[in-house]
Amino acid sequence: MDTVNVQDLAVNDLAWMIDYSYDLCVHCGACVASCSFNAISFVAQHTLLPPELPKSSKKLAQKIIVKQSTDPTKICCGCGICAKVCPCGAITPIHNPHNREPFLNQAQGPRRRGGRGNLSKKRTLDALFVGRISQMTDPPLDAERHTFDLRAPFGRVLAAKDLPLEVHGNSLRVCASHPPVAWIYPLIFSDMSIGALSTRAWEAIALATGYLNEECGLPVRMCSGEGGVPQNLLTSDKLAYTILQIASGHFGWNRIVRAIPQMRTDPAGVLIKIGQGAKPGDGGWLSANKVSPHIQAIRGVPQTTLHSPPNHQGLYSIEESVQKMHLSLNQAFGFRVPVAIKCAASSTSVAVYNNLLRDPYRICGGFFLDGLDGGTGAANTVALNHTGHPITSKLRDCYRAATTQGLQGQIPLWVGGGLGMHADAAADAFKLICLGANGVFVGRVLLQLLGCVGNEHGRCNQCHSGKCPTGICTQDIRLVQRLDVDRGAENIVNFVLNFDRELKKLLAPVGNSSLPVGRSDALITNDWAIAQSLGIAFAC
Amino acid sequence: MCRIGAIKSRSPQSPKAALQLMLPQQEGHDSSGFAMVMQDLYGAFAHDKEKPLLSMACTVRGLALVNEYMDHHGFAQLGQWVPDVCKDKSLNIHAMPRYVFRNYDYPEIFHYRSQAEREDLLMDTRLALRELLHKEKAGFVYSFWPDVLTLKEIGDPADIATYFGLWQDNCRLSAKNIVVQCRQNTNYDIVRYAAHPFFLQGFTLCVNGENTFFTRNREYQKSLYRGYLGFESDSQTLLYTLHYVLRELKWPLPYFKHVITPLPYDEQKKRHDADVLLLIRESLANLEINGPNALIALLPDKTMISCCDAKKLRPCVIGHDDDMAVISSEVSGLNVLLPNRDISCDIYPTERELVAIDDNLEITRWIQ
Repeated sequence: MDTVNVQDLAVNDLAWMIDYSYDLCVHCGACVASCSFNAISFVAQHTLLPPELPKSSKKLAQKIIVKQSTDPTKICCGCGICAKVCPCGAITPIHNPHNREPFLNQAQGPRRRGGRGNLSKKRTLDALFVGRISQMTDPPLDAERHTFDLRAPFGRVLAAKDLPLEVHGNSLRVCASHPPVAWIYPLIFSDMSIGALSTRAWEAIALATGYLNEECGLPVRMCSGEGGVPQNLLTSDKLAYTILQIASGHFGWNRIVRAIPQMRTDPAGVLIKIGQGAKPGDGGWLSANKVSPHIQAIRGVPQTTLHSPPNHQGLYSIEESVQKMHLSLNQAFGFRVPVAIKCAASSTSVAVYNNLLRDPYRICGGFFLDGLDGGTGAANTVALNHTGHPITSKLRDCYRAATTQGLQGQIPLWVGGGLGMHADAAADAFKLICLGANGVFVGRVLLQLLGCVGNEHGRCNQCHSGKCPTGICTQDIRLVQRLDVDRGAENIVNFVLNFDRELKKLLAPVGNSSLPVGRSDALITNDWAIAQSLGIAFAC
Repeated sequence: MCRIGAIKSRSPQSPKAALQLMLPQQEGHDSSGFAMVMQDLYGAFAHDKEKPLLSMACTVRGLALVNEYMDHHGFAQLGQWVPDVCKDKSLNIHAMPRYVFRNYDYPEIFHYRSQAEREDLLMDTRLALRELLHKEKAGFVYSFWPDVLTLKEIGDPADIATYFGLWQDNCRLSAKNIVVQCRQNTNYDIVRYAAHPFFLQGFTLCVNGENTFFTRNREYQKSLYRGYLGFESDSQTLLYTLHYVLRELKWPLPYFKHVITPLPYDEQKKRHDADVLLLIRESLANLEINGPNALIALLPDKTMISCCDAKKLRPCVIGHDDDMAVISSEVSGLNVLLPNRDISCDIYPTERELVAIDDNLEITRWIQ
C-alpha cells in the first residue's frame, strides 16, 4: 500500500467540487478567465490512449483540461460564474456534503466571510399566516380597485395631548414647533456602504430610489450606510431620498459636514448605527483590498483595513447617546430632519426602547431593529452563525412594552434582518407590521436582485474578499464592469412595485386600506409556542 | 348585522317611536337584543333633570349591594321609575330580576364642587358599581348621568318592549333624544355590556359595522383614560375616541372624523391645514377605524351626529321634517316615522362627511 499524506488538501476535501466534462469542453477559456478566485485553471493531464487507436510506442498522451485548485488561497466558493459563462455546459460547481472545509479553516485562524448565517434555522415568520379574512362580517377589499394608503412615519411622534395645537373657532392651528416626521413608504433600502458595495451597485440602488420616488410616486428611502456619500449627491435634490448613516467609524462624515452649507435640500434623515443584526457586537470591517483610491477619497482614509469600533467612542449609555449624538445631529440639520437609531436585536432591546421612549427631549425619530438573519459584507463566521436575536419576538416585545405604557407609535419601529430570504418580502413585511412594526428595511435582497449569487447554504459568501464575482461587493474595476447598473436598478424598481402589489393583496382580504400596525388579530400560527410568545391565535 | 337609529325631536317621544323606527328594519337584524339611550327626559323624569340618573339591571342581591354603596357614599335617592313588567312566559326576553332607573342627589360636599369634579364622581361611581356587580355576578350598570336613561336587554326587541310596557301610549318614559339599536354584536359573547348604545360622561354612541382596527384601538385606549374599559364590543372604541377627542383633547367636532377616518396621505399633503392633519394622523394613528362602520352619537350638549367609514361600506340615512330628525340604518324606518317628509331632503352621508343635528334641529354637514 502506498503512503499518503492526509494533511494534503484534495478536491474532495473542499465544499465545492468542479464538475467538468472534457468531452463537452471546447477550450474557449471563458470559465478560467471569469473565475475571480482563480480556483480553476487549464492544465495538461496525462491520459491513456484509447485502445482502438493503432498501437504505437507511446501509450500515454496529454489532454488540456480545466482543473480545480486546492491552494487554500484559491478555493472554489461555488459561485457558478464558470457555469454561467460556459457556452457548452461543460462545467459547474457541485456542493460536496462530505467536505472538510470548516475544520480546515479552523486550522488557519478565525474564518471571515460575508453573507448571512449558514446554519439552517427555522424562521418564525414562516409559521405565521394571515388568518383573519373578511368573510361576510365585513367586506374584503379589491386589491386592484380600492385605493390604499401605504405610508409609515419616520420621526418622533408626540402624544396627542402634547401636540402644539390651539383651537381657533372650529379649527385647530399649529402654535409651536414640533419634531419633524416624514411619511414614507414602509420599505427602506438598508444601510450598505460605498466600499462594502461597489460604486456601481450603490449607484444602482440610488437610481432605483430616485426612479421610485419620481416616476412611481413611492417615497422609498435609501440609507447610505457608513461609507460616505458622493459629493454630487450631497449637493443634489436627490439627497431628499437619502438617509445618512453615522456609525462608530464616522467614515465620510468629514465630507458630509462640510457639504451641509451647500446642500440644496435636507437629507431624508440620519440613522445612527449602534449595531447590526448579522454580527451584533462587532463594528464594520472593510478589508484593505477593497479600500481602493476612490474609497480612500470618499472616506478620507489611507489604504488599510478599516475597522469600525464596536461602539461609538464616548458613548457609554443610552442617555448619553440621546444627549450627545441625537441632539448634535438634530442640531446639525436645524431640527428639520428625523434622527433615528439602529440596533442589533438583543435581549436588551426592550430596555433601550423604553429608555428612548421616556427620553425627556423626545428626540429619537425611529428605532431600527436588525435581526440575526440579516446580511453583512464581512464578519467572523462564528459571529454570523452563532450570535444575534430573531427579529420577530423582539419586535413584538418592544411593541408590547410601548403598548403597556400607552406609548406605541411614538418612536416608530422599523425592523429588518432576513426579510425576503425566501423571496416573500411583502408577506414578511405584512406579518411584522401586524406585530407592531411601522415599516421594514431590506438589504441583502437588493443585492440578490442585482445578481448576487450567494445564499445561506455556503454558496459564495465572498463579499469580504474583494473578489465578488458579480461586481457588487468589490472595487476591482474588471469585476465591477460585470454589473449592468441600469438593469440592476430596473430589477430593484420592479421588486418594489411587486412588493407594493403583494402588500395590497394581503391588505385586501383583511379589509384594510392603511397599514395594520399592531393588528395582531390578523395573524394565526400553527405553532403553540409561537402563539404564546407573540400573543396571537393558535390554529391547527 | 345590527341596525341602528336615533330620533331627535322638538317634542318628547316615547320608546314606541324608537320601536317603530327599528322594527321595519327587522330583516337586517336577528332580533337578539334591544338597547336604547334616552336623553333630555320627560315623563317620569321630567323633574330633577340636573340630578344623576342610575340605569341598571341586577339581581336582588345586586340591588342591595348598590343601595349599600350609594348610602355609604352619600348619594340620596330621589325619584325613580319602576317598570310594570309583563311576565308572560311566551315573551323572548332574558330578563333580570330587577331594573333600576332612579335619580340621586349628589353627596353633600359635591354641591360645592366644580362641574368637572362632579362628572368625575359620576363616572367613578358607575365604574365602582360595575366592578361591585361584576365581582358578585349580580348585575349590570349602564349609565349614571343627569337626564340620561339606558335600557338594554337580550331577546326579541318587540317582546322586550312588551315586557317593559314600552308599546303603551301612556308609557312614562319619554325624551327628546333617543338612540337605539337592535341586535347584539355577534363577534363576541352575547352580553349586555356589548350592546350599543354605549355611554360615557354624556357621550352616547352606537355603531353598525365591524371595527377591523379594534385590537390596536383597544390597546391604545386602555392606557389613555381610566374610563376606557370593558371593550366587550369592537364598537366601544369609537365611543372612547369620541370622548377623547371632544372631552379630553377639547378639539372641535370635525376633528373626530379626521381621527377615525384620516384622509389619505397624498390628499392631506395638498390641504391648507396639512400641518394640523398630519400631526393628528401621526399622534392618533391607533384610533383610526378602517372598517365598515356607520355610527350615530349623541353629545353632552344634545347635538346628534352621524358619519360612516372612509369607504362607505355601511349605510346610514337622515330624514327630517320641521319637528323631528331621524337617523337610521335603512330608509324603511324613516318611512314609518316620517312618512310625509320631503324625501329629496334626505341625507345620505358620504364617506368624507360628518352630519350634526343641533337642539334646534339645524343640520350642519362637514366635509372632511
